[in-house]
Amino acid sequence: MSTTPTESPGLSAYRRREQSITLSPLDEPRGGGETSEELLTLNFGPHHPATHGVLRLLVTLQGEIVRDVKPIIGYVHTGIEKTAEDKAYWKVIPIVERMDYLAYYFNAMAYVGAVEKLVEVEVPKRAQYLRVIHLELNRIASHLIWLGTSALDLGASSIFLYCLRERELILDLFEMSSGARMHTRYFQVGGVIEDIPAGFAPKLREFLKIMPARADEYGAILNSNEILLQRLRGTCPLDADTLLSLGVSGPLLRAAGNPWDLRKADPYSSYDDFQFKIPVGTVGDNYDRFAVRLAEIYESVKIVEQALDGLPEGPHITPDRKIALPPRHELATSMEALIHHFKLVTEGFRVPPGEAYNPIESPRGELACYVRSDGSSKPARVHMRDPSFVNLQALSHMVQGSYIADMIATIAMLDPILGGIDR
Amino acid sequence: MPDATGLELLARELGDTVRETVYFRERATLVIDPPAIRATLAQLRARGYTFLASVHGVDHYPEEPRLGVVYELLDMSRVDRVAVKLRVPLDAPSVPSVTADTAEGAGWPTANHQEREIYDMFGVVFEGHPDLRRILMPEDYEGHPQRRDFPIGGEPVIFTLDEAEWLESRA
Repeated sequence: MSTTPTESPGLSAYRRREQSITLSPLDEPRGGGETSEELLTLNFGPHHPATHGVLRLLVTLQGEIVRDVKPIIGYVHTGIEKTAEDKAYWKVIPIVERMDYLAYYFNAMAYVGAVEKLVEVEVPKRAQYLRVIHLELNRIASHLIWLGTSALDLGASSIFLYCLRERELILDLFEMSSGARMHTRYFQVGGVIEDIPAGFAPKLREFLKIMPARADEYGAILNSNEILLQRLRGTCPLDADTLLSLGVSGPLLRAAGNPWDLRKADPYSSYDDFQFKIPVGTVGDNYDRFAVRLAEIYESVKIVEQALDGLPEGPHITPDRKIALPPRHELATSMEALIHHFKLVTEGFRVPPGEAYNPIESPRGELACYVRSDGSSKPARVHMRDPSFVNLQALSHMVQGSYIADMIATIAMLDPILGGIDR
Repeated sequence: MPDATGLELLARELGDTVRETVYFRERATLVIDPPAIRATLAQLRARGYTFLASVHGVDHYPEEPRLGVVYELLDMSRVDRVAVKLRVPLDAPSVPSVTADTAEGAGWPTANHQEREIYDMFGVVFEGHPDLRRILMPEDYEGHPQRRDFPIGGEPVIFTLDEAEWLESRA
């Protein structure tokens, strides 16, 4: 693949001319003068296919070398945190899900986890396992979109179609369990809204059988693509210490060799019941970022398998009627259920005053929700520590001094989701 | 999180700048004087809390001092978190920035965007921030939308300049 065409008598005139072209910089700037010293400020985005959303970058270029990058954000700011202050606690869930629109289960998990800390409700074991199944499926779906769009940026367009094909299977599963393909509102305070339906488990097992083989295919295709490898290997590395000082977490940090993963370090939702590995890189270049995320797909499949095998029996949501809605069939027979239902739907439940911070490991790093309660039935403050927002600060450190083409690859490997950045 | 006793010990070690300790639902918070924030974070960094996970802005309306800033610190080797909180009044919302390196110690570059967001949303002014501009709202926006007394809704949504002109022509 990487064999450079050698001089041979069989080459056509066209091929010979093609080989004679050199891409090395010219010794003398054209037209004399100091043109190569000139800095060019280029506006990149916000509507540009390679920025993965409405991200605008002010790029200062010297020739083809990036000297500085300033991200300008806020184009899809929708005031989600403000809206959340105007809703009852359980009605905030569908709103926060719309922040990081590829990892909606994670947004909901960070938020409901924070509220559960405040109201001190115990989540049944079955609900914790169901959450893990959906979180990890969502992680695979998010990584598939990342892989497809990143490969598209680097010129490998067929991978995008393959990735969306597999993501479709995951969305079908989400539709089965919750009725919606995206922004499912499946996680509730105290558990999940409904148990998985009959037929979900066999369909999930079918997917778990397909997915590793398909991930093998992606790896085989991309790891033998010389263009892709040349654009990823050794480009824009950043060491773990700099990443930590910039607050970067998740696959970007793990690619630099630091195995920090909240699922292992600070397990929530029964993650300590499962056996899985944390893929880490060595040098922290774009290839490591790519390889770590691809390897995480396999680990997520393993976790889902174990969670499905060990799925305990029991309730899927807390029996505390002050927090969780009563089952539909009780409304026809039980006066108390009707009262609880009415109270929850009209006012919602009240939360003791205090603050909670609930960090979880999203596909992009530490996603955390800070909730402050003033004792009423609406949160006084909901703040999302979105990993995309924090990780974006590392972009200029990564790309300074590299080619502008490598910046495209780095944005792809950074995996920013603008819905999460702008909120 | 340190437990309640650990939090008290930590507060005693940090000295007079700690006004109050809050231990609620296994979350340890140190409430400090705003001018002491750089020194406190430097001391906590020396104790192993080397990762600044997040910075939040809070509005305690109608209590005074109204505006609050919360710093979430993480010790990755002991997997231990501690929050540092400070409150500033609305008429003098000034907090030293922790972004850049200063004489009091190394900075926390991760606070750059987060302090800008709090300035944008709450109007807290971070003294010494290298680039304190609005980050999410337009640069010419008036007001700080996350404050509790900022009304929700009721604002016309203008998508383009043409639409603004069109609305004016109708008025």
